[in-house]
Amino acid sequence: MSDENNKPGTTDLGKRERAGRERGAGDPGGAMAAAVSGTLTGGEHRGGSAGPDLPNHTGTGQGTAGDRVGARVQSGLKRRYAAERRFRMYGLFAIAATLSFLALLLISIVSKGLPAFSQTYMQLDVMLDADTLGVDASDSAGQLRGGNYGGVTKAAMRERFPEAESRSDKKALYGLLSTGAEYELARRVIADPELIGQRLQLWVPADDELGALIKSGANLADPDGIVTRMSDRQIGWAADMQATGELDVRFNRTFFINGDSREPELAGIRAALIGSGYTLLITFLLSFPIAVSAAIYLEEFAPQNKWTDLVEVNINNLAAVPSIVFGLLGLAVFINFFHLPRSAPLVGGIVLSLMTLPTIIISSRVALKSVPPSIREAARGLGASDLQVVFHHVLPLAMPGILTGTIIGLAQALGETAPLLMIGMVAFIVDIPQSITDASTVLPVQVYLWADSPERAFMEKTSAAIMVLLAFLICMNALAVMLRKRFERRW
Amino acid sequence: MSAAVMNDILTPVKRASARMETRNVFEEITGTVGDVTVENAKMRTRGVDVFYGDKQAIHDVSLDIGNNEVVAMIGPSGCGKSTFLRCLNRMNDTIPSCRVTGSMSLDGEDLYGEDLDPVLLRARVGMVFQKPNPFAKSIYDNVAYGPRIHGLASNRAELDDIVHESLKRAGLYDEVKDRLESPGTGLSGGQQQRLCIARTIAVNPEVILMDEPCSALDPIATARIEELIDELRQNYAIAIVTHSMQQAARVSQRTAYFHLGKLVEVGDTNTVFTNPSHELTENYITGRFG
Repeated sequence: MSDENNKPGTTDLGKRERAGRERGAGDPGGAMAAAVSGTLTGGEHRGGSAGPDLPNHTGTGQGTAGDRVGARVQSGLKRRYAAERRFRMYGLFAIAATLSFLALLLISIVSKGLPAFSQTYMQLDVMLDADTLGVDASDSAGQLRGGNYGGVTKAAMRERFPEAESRSDKKALYGLLSTGAEYELARRVIADPELIGQRLQLWVPADDELGALIKSGANLADPDGIVTRMSDRQIGWAADMQATGELDVRFNRTFFINGDSREPELAGIRAALIGSGYTLLITFLLSFPIAVSAAIYLEEFAPQNKWTDLVEVNINNLAAVPSIVFGLLGLAVFINFFHLPRSAPLVGGIVLSLMTLPTIIISSRVALKSVPPSIREAARGLGASDLQVVFHHVLPLAMPGILTGTIIGLAQALGETAPLLMIGMVAFIVDIPQSITDASTVLPVQVYLWADSPERAFMEKTSAAIMVLLAFLICMNALAVMLRKRFERRW
Repeated sequence: MSAAVMNDILTPVKRASARMETRNVFEEITGTVGDVTVENAKMRTRGVDVFYGDKQAIHDVSLDIGNNEVVAMIGPSGCGKSTFLRCLNRMNDTIPSCRVTGSMSLDGEDLYGEDLDPVLLRARVGMVFQKPNPFAKSIYDNVAYGPRIHGLASNRAELDDIVHESLKRAGLYDEVKDRLESPGTGLSGGQQQRLCIARTIAVNPEVILMDEPCSALDPIATARIEELIDELRQNYAIAIVTHSMQQAARVSQRTAYFHLGKLVEVGDTNTVFTNPSHELTENYITGRFG
């Protein structure tokens, strides 16, 4: 009606215009329209400037009413603003509380975990004596591997500290040395057998107790007040080596190269990291296509009936099932029935996919639902088939939301421990897994295993593993944000 | 008590009585007043009923849409004109509860028959919607989308031609020729709607259906679209649903007045607006209700 009044007719249709005039003059509707527009302007005034000029705009007889409304609004305003201020305060408090807890967590983890990224090495002067080693330069790699490298390193220690003569003293002396020294030596010799018979100077990892002592920066010359399991004798030797520069703290490459070990100074995160990578890869490859297809079908194609309702309810319920149940299912079905290898990322990935599926399906459905129907209509109106509508228009627009859900699901899977314990991924894995069927473990299980170990040095390893886990998560989230930005640009 | 207040009280009473009057008249509708047929009909519909579940939205509508003419469908909200329009290219198929009976044909082919695929039908009968709804793609891709999915262009140059030609015919080319790669959603409302029209004509349809194409636009943009509709009439059959009677009067050659799911009156636009035969039509176009 007002539309008509606003646009004076540009046509020659006299009758309608005449009718309009008639209505304007005679029909009460015209007067009402005027009254309506009056109140409308009034509304604008109130919105624009609160208060003082309120009575001015109104017509006769309405001034007092306007005043009363103004006063009432005025009295309520104060309360409304106070409520808003209060709410902001609550919000700020909540944010501050969250941030402080987060800071507490991070500070505690980082302060405990940082020492694990450095390692104490000691310099060893080794005589690679063929007799002691029991192998020759002409031997095969297999035979070389069986050489008595421990004997050589022990001899080197005896040579360095000839004063240790008694059996117990010698044992204490050897205790300064990590078994990693033998492995390092063996690796060198196998790489270059010509070294046999020569004298070699090399840096080898120190024992974890000694390493912790050096890293703590304690004054070894004054053994009193040092809390350690090492004897005074051992501390004395260590002080001697430190004074001559034979002890050094360096970046701990071992931590990123090795798998798990009984010796803290040799234990590394690599096996768990790669295990986690494989497991997540399987999880992603399985859950993403299945979940997105399911979401597309349910959202775009499925008829609305009892069956789809049932499916929907079950998917939602699945999201709430405790994860250990999925682990038991994996054990019963994939390992005992299908005879898939135990402790393998393959099974871990399948089990975690089951767990992640509902999360991705639900978030994908929400993302698909939020794509405006006008886009679907536009495409369909041009003659796109249902599939083309979905894949050309709806899916690209829903992609950021789907990716967010996927990353949330995968992050959940990355941090999951319980179901993996059930399928044997809690095993002590030294070797780096080479494929998805090799026995392996994952980061959170590694954290659990190390947290359970008695050696003090494993404490810092635990925190360091958590740091690696967090870094992994941050990388994943960064990737998600990047992908999202990329898809969003198509808007 | 002032006159204005008096009117406030009296108006609803008067309106209610007017409504009762029209309802009585409506119950007497038996068929459509005026000639629903045209000589060179592009689309023919006979005795169309549309149901949403148990509710009947369209009652026995017969209407022809001729070549090179614009048929305007007017009527109060909820009268079924949009529903009827959407049946013409089977856009209502996606609503599971929607059921259509009666005959509808395009060049003699049954729209709901076995032979005519809905996808093909929608390529032949294009649609422009109430709200401009460009794809979240570049201007070029928006227009090129239809030709691409239907394989209308064999190479990039042909596609370029189609896109440029469509944009020119939609009167948008000069405004966007320097930024064909920028997103279509970044255009103004009127430009977006012309982009949607360009997108529709890029498929080279035979009929264009427009569902209140100007309701979200300002008068200047509206005027441009109306000019465009008039030009497009040379090549297409056009059916337009509109709430603005001026617009119907300006752009259409024939006008169909719908009321509560029935087609009340059809005739030459001039006749319908200057000398309506049915009382309901007269009430509506003189603004007594609606």
